[in-house]
Amino acid sequence: MVISILDKIREFFTQEEKTDSGSSSVAKERLQFILVQDRIKLSPQQMEEMKADLVEVITRYIEVDKEKIDMDISREEEKMAMVANFPLKKQRK
Amino acid sequence: MEQGKAIVVTSGKGGVGKTTTTANLGTALALLGKKVCLIDADIGLRNLDVVMGLENRIVYDLIDVVEEQCRLEQAMIKDKRNENLFLLPAAQTRDKDAVSEVQMQELIGELKEGMDYILVDSPAGIEQGFRNAIAGADSAIIITTPEVSAVRDADRIIGMVEAEGVNDPELIINRIRKDMVDRGDMMNIDDMLEILAIDILGVVPEDEGIVVSTNKGEPIVLSNNHLAGKAFNNIARRLEGEDIPLMDLENNNSFLVKIKKFVGLN
Repeated sequence: MVISILDKIREFFTQEEKTDSGSSSVAKERLQFILVQDRIKLSPQQMEEMKADLVEVITRYIEVDKEKIDMDISREEEKMAMVANFPLKKQRK
Repeated sequence: MEQGKAIVVTSGKGGVGKTTTTANLGTALALLGKKVCLIDADIGLRNLDVVMGLENRIVYDLIDVVEEQCRLEQAMIKDKRNENLFLLPAAQTRDKDAVSEVQMQELIGELKEGMDYILVDSPAGIEQGFRNAIAGADSAIIITTPEVSAVRDADRIIGMVEAEGVNDPELIINRIRKDMVDRGDMMNIDDMLEILAIDILGVVPEDEGIVVSTNKGEPIVLSNNHLAGKAFNNIARRLEGEDIPLMDLENNNSFLVKIKKFVGLN
């Protein structure tokens, strides 16, 4: 009985230190995404145009699966990088 | 005499504590025996005079100086409490375009002759007022709070400050709450430094005493029992080249902390 009351008191005073609500991680993720957009200074439309240009250049030399092209600007630790994935169909003879 | 150093205090977002920081760092540096001039570059929305409690002493302002209506020394208000500290107030009834970047550079160049530090309180935003504020600066202090919107604007401002040739700006994180950081509801210092990729100059805890000090027009560094005041004093000493670790943000005065200590949970 005494122990359980002590536990309750302990629980009450330690409650505020639990770290499970965690909206700060949401804040951090949102910020990282927003800053990628801010820093690149490209509108979504310009981004699409750049993608189309790149695809045009690449398909001049190799055949890629246009449906599966994946292109994104992302953060990798300190640096920002544009990561593009062009799945090959087959090489031209 | 060696030339003084001009530092702009800026943020992008409004309401994060530029004016409070300028007033307190200036006062703290003057307490360390440095000659300091604060410049309110927020033309049309001046407030640094109010935070310093000097609003009744304004006769001339920054625009009067650049328009040669008075001499520079006539417009510089001597602080009530410290003879090393001066304020050059902004004009309240004029437009931001009443002063140019070149004029600001000349003004700051002149002030550097007699001062150790010139702290320029920048207006919010990224328009002409901001450009004027950074025009004569040797270095920049960026203020943010631990919020998404403030950090985003800080990132933008860091880029603009560097583009203007003011290199290696340093960050002050203002109004941080340890209790919220501990329970994961506020971004911590490392989160923000990682995102902004910038050096930290200081961390200032949220402190009710700031409201009281602003009410009275007395910078909080003048009272000894406030964490925020201690944080600003630490920052001033870092500006002077001292190596002082970031302060422990634990608020020892909160009711809960006292009880926890009493029942042996801390």
